Amino acid sequence: MKLLTENDYQGKVMNPETHSYRHWRLEVDAQGLAWATLDKAGESTNSLSSAVMEELARLLDEFDRHPPKGLIFRSGKAAGFITGADIQEFTQLDTPAKGIELVARGWQLFNRLAALRYPTLALVRGHCLGGGLELALACRYLLVVDEPSTRMGLPEVMLGIVPGWGGMLRLPERIGPQAALDMMLTGKTIDAKKAKRLGLADDCVPPRVMDGAAALLVLAGQRRRRPPLGQRLLNGPLKSVVASGARKQVARRARREHYPAPYAIIDIWAHHQGNALAAPQLIDSIVRSPTARNLVRVFFLQERLKSFGKASTFTAGSVHVVGAGVMGGDIAAWCALRGLTVTLQDQGMERIAPALQRAYAAWGQRIRDARELRRVMDRLIPDPEGHGASRADVVIEAIHENLDAKHALLAGLEARMRPDAVLASNTSSLRIEDLRSVLARPERLVGIHFFNPVAKMPLVEVVAADGTDAETVQRATAFVRQIDRLPLPVKSAPGFLVNAVLGPYMLEAMRAVDEGITPATVDEAMLAFGMPMGPIELVDMVGLDVALAAGRSLAGSGAEPPRCLLERFNAGHLGRKSGRGFYDYAGGKAAKGPAAAVPAGLAERLVRPLLARTQQLVDEGVVADADLADAGVIFGTGFAPFTGGPINYLRSQHA
Amino acid sequence: MASEPVYVVDGARTPFLKGRSAPGPFAASDLAVQAGRALLIRQPFAAADLDEVILGCASPSADEVNIGRVVALRLGCGHQVPAWTVMRNCASGMQAIDSAMANIRNGVSQLVLAGGVDALSHAPLLYNEVMVRWFGQMMQAKSIGQKVGMFTRLRPVQLLSPVVGLLKGLTDPVVGLLMGQTAENLAWRFAITRQQMDEFSVRSHQRAVAARQAGRFGEIVPLVDGKGRVYLEDDGVRPDSSMVGLAKLKPFFDRRYGRVTPGNSSQITDGAAWLILASEAAVEKWRLQPLGRITDSQWAGLDPAQMGLGPVHAATPILQRQQLALDDVDLWEINEAFAAQVLGCLAAWQSDAYCREQLGLAGALGSLASERLNGDGGAIAIGHPVGASGARIVLHLLYALRAAGARRGIAAICIGGGQGGAMLVESMAAGVA
Repeated sequence: MKLLTENDYQGKVMNPETHSYRHWRLEVDAQGLAWATLDKAGESTNSLSSAVMEELARLLDEFDRHPPKGLIFRSGKAAGFITGADIQEFTQLDTPAKGIELVARGWQLFNRLAALRYPTLALVRGHCLGGGLELALACRYLLVVDEPSTRMGLPEVMLGIVPGWGGMLRLPERIGPQAALDMMLTGKTIDAKKAKRLGLADDCVPPRVMDGAAALLVLAGQRRRRPPLGQRLLNGPLKSVVASGARKQVARRARREHYPAPYAIIDIWAHHQGNALAAPQLIDSIVRSPTARNLVRVFFLQERLKSFGKASTFTAGSVHVVGAGVMGGDIAAWCALRGLTVTLQDQGMERIAPALQRAYAAWGQRIRDARELRRVMDRLIPDPEGHGASRADVVIEAIHENLDAKHALLAGLEARMRPDAVLASNTSSLRIEDLRSVLARPERLVGIHFFNPVAKMPLVEVVAADGTDAETVQRATAFVRQIDRLPLPVKSAPGFLVNAVLGPYMLEAMRAVDEGITPATVDEAMLAFGMPMGPIELVDMVGLDVALAAGRSLAGSGAEPPRCLLERFNAGHLGRKSGRGFYDYAGGKAAKGPAAAVPAGLAERLVRPLLARTQQLVDEGVVADADLADAGVIFGTGFAPFTGGPINYLRSQHA
Repeated sequence: MASEPVYVVDGARTPFLKGRSAPGPFAASDLAVQAGRALLIRQPFAAADLDEVILGCASPSADEVNIGRVVALRLGCGHQVPAWTVMRNCASGMQAIDSAMANIRNGVSQLVLAGGVDALSHAPLLYNEVMVRWFGQMMQAKSIGQKVGMFTRLRPVQLLSPVVGLLKGLTDPVVGLLMGQTAENLAWRFAITRQQMDEFSVRSHQRAVAARQAGRFGEIVPLVDGKGRVYLEDDGVRPDSSMVGLAKLKPFFDRRYGRVTPGNSSQITDGAAWLILASEAAVEKWRLQPLGRITDSQWAGLDPAQMGLGPVHAATPILQRQQLALDDVDLWEINEAFAAQVLGCLAAWQSDAYCREQLGLAGALGSLASERLNGDGGAIAIGHPVGASGARIVLHLLYALRAAGARRGIAAICIGGGQGGAMLVESMAAGVA
């Protein structure tokens, strides 16, 4: 039987002028509705490159001559609607004039789209981000398809830029300034149902009726959505109240000198009707500041990490995790969330149950649909006897860091595992070379090193020692991508990359404490530098016992540990986990007290060992190149992203 | 009898959790999923390799009516493994096994997951008929005035008088007797005293406690709820059960004058039990190590008011067919719906009159030694999640036979509505396929 294609179904007539578009397909159906399908040539996703925008302008020219009854925008890509502007083009913005030109192109075109006399509709299925959402906002109607992949947002701020193609004007107009600023200042995305609830979408429909719904809605003659009166007042006479509240909120998360874009968004919305062109000095400052350049660089570094693992076609269906502690339990829970069937082994159900409880609580907050939550939890299977090892595609060892215990475990696992399954250790301090000595096939052991908390830390180090089977490393890397983490290939060396660079940094911070600077002041220095967490609080989070042991193994037993660390350790203050370390955690959070004035040059001093160690590891080949070192340290430690990473920062200091 | 052997490869059940006046921590499908996934991960085949899933359930909730399919999908069997739900009241779990056997014998299936489940603590409260009619009229009311009028006719007492679904389920729909009242009938008929019933019940608890201490409940796999609480054991078993304690309980079904109390009845419980059944070909294909074989099964009908004698009517034809005396069967599991009912079965086999008149035998079949019957306790101690019990006793019988180094066993169960079911099993030594 021949299935009807969409074209058959809608009885569309090809427009004779269609051939002149490379990226758009234009069809006019029997009712006189025009369907403009963006299907960017040579790409798997749609982005709004200058060529795509230029063709859109021509398309509108054509409709000026023969206006359709209505115009519907949709995507020809399975992957989604439009990912946004072409970020590659951002890398060429070396002068303010080019920045203004880029803004003007989209601002003017979308204003033209918004002013059309015939009705327009964006049929959004899949991701609709940045410029893509600005295009959709310029249409009179916005229809979203209710699927998990539908995500909408204005994430420009994460690249250090502003949604200058009308987003700052039309999103507040459509959903009110509070929700709009929240989206624009955090860059977070929302799903289809929330888009409907916020009024961003006129309706939210299942894919089976989307074409019919689009055709119906575009001709419905209803007025453009607008928020309730209260929100309209906040978007008019009361703008300054909202703006000052938003500035305060932003100040809590990002300093203006590091991140100018969110402040610019508030200013442009509040004082320039969302028109970035009316504030050329703001565009100028954004283009000139290294932040946007560095954040765009970080974006491409992330894309590079994502590309690892594509060499392998390996897809895991099941994972067996041994060790249901914080790391093992959270790795198992994460894998279940990402669709894998997981068996979680530990000594007895009582040890596994807390991991299941954590997963239930965490995913319960994250997943609204009770059935979906149930599916995830059904995939997370407690396995006290370790049956799962014999059938799993990937087996991850995450028990405590004891060589003998790991030897016994690994030898037992190897005997039961499928010969083609990946055998991995999540060790952070033991050498792959030492761990694998008990294996019949030592070349099969690979390190897959997650960071705590697993659900928040995107980086995973994939560790190969000399002689590790290359195919296994590829499979491990593909597995890390499959569960939506960023794989960083590293060579087996103490601390790999991330812990190795954090060690000397935390050590230097504790030396400063030994010299009499308060922990809160040390931490404040690094927060001001742009770190997400101070180094002393980080020691508390890692655990003072772990820091002490790691310091000994990384620095050699000859070096004297910091006095402040030793004293607290001896007093039994092990950090957050024991309720007290450098700080007190009685209230759940670190009770830091006020910081003193930060001595000049303290941050530079504290970060210097980290920079030096990163460079050293690049030189030693632990990580393949400087860019990957930057990526690893940013995604593994949260190292101030606006600097572009430690090596990039080092170079900028020397430039 | 068809000759194709049917093997029981493995099995597992949840701890049985006593209902405590509020819905328990697990819905019925949760129970079946947690026991099923623990069972499946220890098999050499994947869930998707099953040919079908059959689940017995006496009271599936309204959102899981074909609970067998819900559970099969949740277990990761995939879209292509068919699954169904069977219902024969208290023998629903045994019916699932029997249906699996039938399909294996006639070549339809090779590898079947079969079992039973019920979460009686989740039994619904229903609107009574007056309220149902009120809601129906309310939905037809068009104008505001009509709707307001409807509210003036609403009687709170009707709203607050729900029909207890569980009580409905435990009442015979034809003769109108509560199940406990049918047990009172047997006590009357065979002159079983309160003292005998309570003694039987104390022994059930003591045997269950001893079996637990000796590690003879290897079929139990733990449950974990969303709050991280672990359930390792049947929570209705009472090590402190005593004649003095039981004597304090009041007759529940024939109040004041009866003999059957909550203490000498099975408990209202949530639980699930599964078995994996396989053909000879499947045993070879997957190199399975069966627990044993099911060699015969029988269903029987009798007066609903005497439903507790169902095991007698179902097991006797098997004994005759196989030319076995009561004592030729090494171990027996007769589900303990009520102490009076199990004692009634023993009395019936000992009664010349009953065996002649009701079973068509020449005379009494004889007596069944206490040590052969329910050696590790029964539903009075462990609980009776209706749909699961038939599967539980077949599974436990195989475990008990293997532990005792014995060969032949019969599991039998009485069925509300006046039926009985029985299965003859043969244990196979560990490591011999």
